[in-house]
Amino acid sequence: MDYAIEARDISKHYGRRHPRLALDRISLSVGEGQLFGLIGPDGAGKTTMLRILSTVMEPSSGQARVAGFDTRKNAEKSRPLIGYMPQAFSLYPDLSVIENLNFFADINGVPHARRDERIVQLLEFARLDRFQQRRSALLSGGMRKKLALACALVHDPKVLLLDEPTTGVDPLSRRELWEILAQVVLQGVTVLISTPYMDEAERCHQVAMLHQGELLSRGSPADLARNLPFEVIEVKARPRKAMRAIVEQADGVADWRPVGDRLRLSVQKGNGNGNAKRILKNLQSQFKRQNVDVQLLRPSKISMEDVFVYLVGQQRGNH
Amino acid sequence: MERLFTIMRKELFHIWRDPRTMAMLLLLPGLLLVLLGYGVNFDREHTPMVIADLSKTDASRRYIENFTASDDFDITYDALSEDEILSLIDDDQVDAGLLIPESFGRKVAAGETVQVQFYINGATDPGDVQAIRLKLSSISQVAAQNILVEQLQRTPQGALIQMPVDALEKTLYNPDSDSKLFMIPGLIPIILQIQALILSALAIVKEREQGTMEQLIVTPIKSWELMLGKIIPYLLVSILNLFALLWLGDLLFGVGVAGSFWQLIGLSVVFIIGSLGMGVLISNISQTQMQAIYLAIFLVLIPAIILTGLMYPRDDMPWFTYIYSELLPVTHFLEITRGIMLRGVSAASVWASTLPLIGLSLVYFVASVLAFRKRIV
Repeated sequence: MDYAIEARDISKHYGRRHPRLALDRISLSVGEGQLFGLIGPDGAGKTTMLRILSTVMEPSSGQARVAGFDTRKNAEKSRPLIGYMPQAFSLYPDLSVIENLNFFADINGVPHARRDERIVQLLEFARLDRFQQRRSALLSGGMRKKLALACALVHDPKVLLLDEPTTGVDPLSRRELWEILAQVVLQGVTVLISTPYMDEAERCHQVAMLHQGELLSRGSPADLARNLPFEVIEVKARPRKAMRAIVEQADGVADWRPVGDRLRLSVQKGNGNGNAKRILKNLQSQFKRQNVDVQLLRPSKISMEDVFVYLVGQQRGNH
Repeated sequence: MERLFTIMRKELFHIWRDPRTMAMLLLLPGLLLVLLGYGVNFDREHTPMVIADLSKTDASRRYIENFTASDDFDITYDALSEDEILSLIDDDQVDAGLLIPESFGRKVAAGETVQVQFYINGATDPGDVQAIRLKLSSISQVAAQNILVEQLQRTPQGALIQMPVDALEKTLYNPDSDSKLFMIPGLIPIILQIQALILSALAIVKEREQGTMEQLIVTPIKSWELMLGKIIPYLLVSILNLFALLWLGDLLFGVGVAGSFWQLIGLSVVFIIGSLGMGVLISNISQTQMQAIYLAIFLVLIPAIILTGLMYPRDDMPWFTYIYSELLPVTHFLEITRGIMLRGVSAASVWASTLPLIGLSLVYFVASVLAFRKRIV
């Protein structure tokens, strides 16, 4: 398989006297045409990684190749093939939608005939055609992100690097953005997207989980879930105090945490899934004995958040 | 090349788009010229003055009263001879002197024209010399008119009407300083400097603060294209202002260009390019717009006003201050504008200023392109 993005042992530290390690020997590779998710909370190093891959910043050590060119030695060759959308709104606020698009097309050397055709396409695609003349300062948050995305796509890049495009965007616009991205991927563009939202990881072909500058794990969401040595049980019951007491003392529950009005319990994977079933039964009888009103008690699909929480726990154990 | 025009077009959009920016760019420089042109020139009061009244008559005393009554002059000494006046000016005790000849009373009574002699200390500030000269002659004129009115009242009919007092003046130590509003050719470089520097000091750092620099880096644009694309629009704005300032200087202050107009314009363009380069250099080493403004004001603008000879002569400076002022293109440009506008000399004859101006402008411009790195740290 050909890789559109390959990073080897990328490290980055900021500051000279008291260097702070932002990235610690990160390696990852993204196959051509894939949708790759860089998942992690704030401060994980996602923005630094994207800046390095987009040639905006140089790594302290390590190498990266994007669209076939070394981002350090051959930055100018890879730049025309990259579309980059920084995290912060970074268009010209006093220019209109169409002026911003024209500017980024021209500066990337898109021929005029192609430019106009492409912009019409993108405006429709991002549903911005009605707002062409509006200054970008006056656009809503979601529309700004879509315009930024359109600007990053205006020169038909091979690789699209998006830094938290869905952060701070309303759920509707968020869905819209993902729909647009799905189409971009269909057209053969390799997309690397960073996000702090674990649920968005499920939409990616491959993900890498980043925490405090370290790579926790990478693979397809399904693989990550499969590799988790736990199964998950979901419980909702009243009174909650009693529910907690039972869960805390229950045999075989390795960990639990509240999510909304429920508890998610991690139980060790046994032979097949017999272990989970046994624990489920056990809990049920205990709840009954203590007169707890059970509203929900069932095995649950493993979420990316479960994986992340587990991996962060592992990382802490290692340190 | 295409990309250069793209950047230029965008920069012009930024300027046009906001009417307030546009108005500031085009109107403030002219306003400043008017404000400073009038403000700095004519505000001297209580100039110490010596009067030698050799006539000692009623007529001469009434003539002198016009000076004592004015706030512009303080009569601090009475003298008895021209020598005494000269030695007081020599000792820097007074800046102005007046000699009234013995024949004053007699000639006024006879209706003849009498000559009085004014002395001006040319070694004071050029602006002051001009102000003193204007005030002396205007007060003398008022006094002469008063005498004329009296004469007409006495001999109402058939009198020969002629001005009774003819004021001669002598400027000491700096006799050929035709410092006719010495200020204007000095203010034009300063105003252009302020504008060019502030505009360009924000050019790069603004993109950086806005986050748009990150996007620009990931495009094929070359450093020199970006720098030139930023500088050329500002150059156009500055040239527009240059013409406006020259026009205002002529219209309001009567200071035209005595030498070659196009040589002045050519060297002005060189100066503006150097100033813009200096600003872009500042912009390149600043992380925020505030830092850029600070550097521009403290490193260049204040020294440009104080150290370049606009208001104070540079001869008495300590060597490090002198060297610093030599490194500012505006210092040399100021010599050039004064030379070409006032003395009417050619650019070639002020080569001692022309060469450093061209050299420094080139250095700053090239440095501004080289200092730009297509990365963020």
